[in-house]
Amino acid sequence: MTLLCLRDLSVRLRGRPILSNVTLDVAEGEFVGLIGPNGAGKTTLMRAALGLLPHEGRSSLAALPPEARGRKAAWMPQARDIAWPVSVETLVALGRTPHLAGWQGLRGTDRAHVDRALATMGLEGLRRRTATRLSGGEQAMALIARALAQDTPLLMADEPIAGLDPANQIATMAVFARLAGEGRAVLASLHDLGLAARHCTRLILLGEDGVAADGPPEAVLTPDNLARIFHVTAHYATTPQGPVFQPLEVIR
Amino acid sequence: MKPLALGLGVLVAALFLASLVIGPAGINAVEGLRALVTGGDGPVPLVMREIRLPRALLGLMIGASLGLSGAAMQGYLRNPLAEPGLIGVSGSAALGAVLAIHTGLAATLSLALPLAALAGAGTGVLLILMLAGPRGGAITLILAGIAISALAGALTSLVLNLSPNPYAASEIVFWMMGSLADRSMTHVWLALPLMLGGGAALLSLGRGLDALTLGEDAAEAMGLRLARLRLSLVLGTAAMVGAAVAVAGAIGFVGLVVPHLLRPLVGARPSRLLWASALGGAAMLLAADLAVRLILPERDLKLGVLTAIVGAPLFLHLIYKTRGAQA
Repeated sequence: MTLLCLRDLSVRLRGRPILSNVTLDVAEGEFVGLIGPNGAGKTTLMRAALGLLPHEGRSSLAALPPEARGRKAAWMPQARDIAWPVSVETLVALGRTPHLAGWQGLRGTDRAHVDRALATMGLEGLRRRTATRLSGGEQAMALIARALAQDTPLLMADEPIAGLDPANQIATMAVFARLAGEGRAVLASLHDLGLAARHCTRLILLGEDGVAADGPPEAVLTPDNLARIFHVTAHYATTPQGPVFQPLEVIR
Repeated sequence: MKPLALGLGVLVAALFLASLVIGPAGINAVEGLRALVTGGDGPVPLVMREIRLPRALLGLMIGASLGLSGAAMQGYLRNPLAEPGLIGVSGSAALGAVLAIHTGLAATLSLALPLAALAGAGTGVLLILMLAGPRGGAITLILAGIAISALAGALTSLVLNLSPNPYAASEIVFWMMGSLADRSMTHVWLALPLMLGGGAALLSLGRGLDALTLGEDAAEAMGLRLARLRLSLVLGTAAMVGAAVAVAGAIGFVGLVVPHLLRPLVGARPSRLLWASALGGAAMLLAADLAVRLILPERDLKLGVLTAIVGAPLFLHLIYKTRGAQA
């Protein structure tokens, strides 16, 4: 089943075309890595798909009423905003917002989702700590847990693993891959192409105002695509430990 | 959370009762309360029902309004330095009242002053909604509020500048300091519907303000209708603060200090801070109004002066503590 369906999505910001005619589908079971150089429009694509930006063309999520959209897709923005010194548990529980009606408080099922999200991200030990006093990486993990607690078929995350230590980066990618394995889908923008190559089922390469390449990692991370869009050379090998990708040099 | 609600509730009830039984008339507490309930002829029921009851009720209502709108404003702007006057409604309401005093309308018609203040608040709200637009973010709201406050302040100064005699000027200046003295039940009935409506609008924002902890983008993606939330916030704050200024003049610092003071006690959750600040604001204003009656009863100490004198050092202390926590 398709969880996100974009047709001819175009975004112009202040008269400048950022994205033109993006057409793509994300189906359940996919862990899609959204890659591309700085300014390629990764964030813009995801925000427009959610209906947070004015756009042309069609997005299945943007067409939904806001409350329904909140139950279909979770969004983790790049800015790690935690405005108030709330506890980690409270922060994660905010993810339940789209599932609660009116004045309703957290129900048993909501608490179960919060507990599971905390356990998934390994945050049980921090649940009573004040979120704003955690380290940047711990805050990022808590915000990922918040998005997980939203319990949506599709999870969209903007550079979720930036600033995490290697263990947490790999663990987070594994969590996303597992979500996809459970029949959900994850769309995450990533700058670490090595991790993207190892964990994603599919990569979407943005560049030149649109989708420059779309497919399995080995079909997207070709020397030609890397030279044309990223201006780098790279080493890509399939080893017994899985695919290994290492960018090498800048092409001037 | 329950002990805090209970504690604040008991505190407000106790201060409300104290506000009823303490006053210059020197009425015995039991006798006064009995007269308040049973009524009858003579000076005691008159003092209790026409002087002390409206004063206590207004203290309760205005304090709750300032606390609640302060908490809502801080929650929306995600800034502990925000206060309800930020959107320019207090300034424009004060300008309306000052114009009523200056033109002599206030002297000829007893309700002219609060009605003019409400008209001023209404104008301020229309201006801010026009300036900030339907889809603008928090920054445009702040900037529009600053511009309107500055304009209203300048026009108030102009009225003072042009006032025909020192008495008119001093009347304006004293009114602007804020007071609950000599208000009647008419003032209560005038303010009550606006404060109830505004309060309902602000209390309904709890979940949205909680979601905004994660930033506007994440909150919107969780299904929050930001434009609607902002409209409710502006209208609710304007109704509560406009009504408060209309009946009591400008009373500062309650909306700023009370949410700040109570935030650690509610786990910093904006939704819980709303009702806690309403109770806390009522307690603070009732206490301050008792203090002006007890400290210098013969000099008519103004309520707004006292809240600022107490509030500013309290705020400095809080800033000092915050600085310590950040270091």
